[in-house]
Amino acid sequence: MIEADIHKTLSTANGKMLLDIQLSIEKGEFVTLYGSSGAGKTSTLRILAGLLSADEGKIAVDNTIWLDTVKKINYTPQQRKIGYVFQDYALFPNMTVRKNLEFALEKGQDKSIIEELITIVELKELENRKPKTLSGGQQQRVALARALVRKPKVLLLDEPLSALDITMRAKLQDYILKVHREYELTTILVSHDIGEIIKMSDKIYCLEDGKIDKEGNPISIFTNDKLSGKFQFTGEVIAIKQEEVVYIVTVLIGNNVVKIIAQESEIINLGIGDKVVVASKAFNPVLLKIGK
Amino acid sequence: MIDWAPIILTAKLALVTTIILLVVSIPLAYWLAHSKSRIKPVIETLVSMPLVLPPTVLGFYLLMTFSPGNTFGSWLQDWFGIRLIFSFSGLVIGSVIYSLPFMVNPIQSGLASLPASLTEASYVLGKSKMKTLFKVLLPNIKPSLLTGIVLAFAHTVGEFGVVLMIGGNIPEKTKVVSIAIYDEVEALNYSNANTYSLILFIITFVVLLSVYLINGGYLKRFWK
Repeated sequence: MIEADIHKTLSTANGKMLLDIQLSIEKGEFVTLYGSSGAGKTSTLRILAGLLSADEGKIAVDNTIWLDTVKKINYTPQQRKIGYVFQDYALFPNMTVRKNLEFALEKGQDKSIIEELITIVELKELENRKPKTLSGGQQQRVALARALVRKPKVLLLDEPLSALDITMRAKLQDYILKVHREYELTTILVSHDIGEIIKMSDKIYCLEDGKIDKEGNPISIFTNDKLSGKFQFTGEVIAIKQEEVVYIVTVLIGNNVVKIIAQESEIINLGIGDKVVVASKAFNPVLLKIGK
Repeated sequence: MIDWAPIILTAKLALVTTIILLVVSIPLAYWLAHSKSRIKPVIETLVSMPLVLPPTVLGFYLLMTFSPGNTFGSWLQDWFGIRLIFSFSGLVIGSVIYSLPFMVNPIQSGLASLPASLTEASYVLGKSKMKTLFKVLLPNIKPSLLTGIVLAFAHTVGEFGVVLMIGGNIPEKTKVVSIAIYDEVEALNYSNANTYSLILFIITFVVLLSVYLINGGYLKRFWK
């Protein structure tokens, strides 16, 4: 259980911005912080981790006070015992994959966790390589595994997948969900990929200009509750073309390109690059076996 | 045949100076690389001053400061029985100050070039500042450390002005190679002067060449 009430004045490119965030996260929940760049997502995460100090506020995790500016309590990042995955992975270049993980061990901690994590994120063959020789996705898996060595209860992920291609993203999302369940973590993810958010999170906080604009279930937030679709996917519009009286909208879902017929009223607010939900309501979808 | 004492003395001076510099410069460079203090520009200036200041100026002030005729010098002599002028310890102190920027600057820029997330990752993994410095930061700036060590060593080997001002020219105590060369020339012993000079020339060349080879990755390429 995480209760946080954070206030901080941030200096951004567009002048000062007041960060004013209240979070209430249940144990074991997967939560996403969503919002445009500069909305305060990463700053919120950094304050939770103790890497950035809050002007005023309180953070309590499972009845332990991490931060209370009134009572002058402020745990260092070392004391908070969290898992944190950085956007640039922050692997130590001088150590091999295995040494990166071993570095995180606490004094006297059982080493078997290293073997376990290496197996979970499938790094056995790469364990003696240096980070520089790994691909982005492999580095990300090392960073994820390293963050879990101390067996934290809280995992913070700062846009961990933004630099990866779609296939790699999907795989890593599965790894993250796997460790989230396996280690009963409370996970907070910073992301602005709607598909990713709907796939992974139980709850989403939408941030705008340092404040929480909306919070709740991701599907209801992104679709405004207008749909009760039987099946639905999220994707990105890559083309809109007029054909006689209808429009053909080309949507990228995962790495499949799908063409959808739309009325003029539906495309009126639609532009290339927009995120959309593709759902079916009235018709039954057809299922075809394509292999075993 | 030349007298080997100045060469041994120079090597000893350069070695001691480099070791002291390494110990002093790591915390200083760490502070300079991360501090947002208001006095930082002043400290940076002081550290870099020996780069532009004539060595004789530095030597002159050190001579004045350490002279037993002055408050500080006499205090040192009365309380600790240390006399820094015309002694090896005085040479070491002068050399440490004189070569300080050659050690501090490479380490400082090395530390500043590392992404902040490395330090933060180590903190989040529960490691102290000390452990982070020695296990994460320093191992990742080895080329900068090597540059600092070699430049400080080579610079100390080559100094003349500071040494002459505070050390004088006492054989086996303060007479280093650069001063011995000057001495031999004064005495018109050109062949001895040439031998000393050639030794310094070769040492300097080899030392600097090895830095460029190691830092440029040439050695690794050939050993593959």
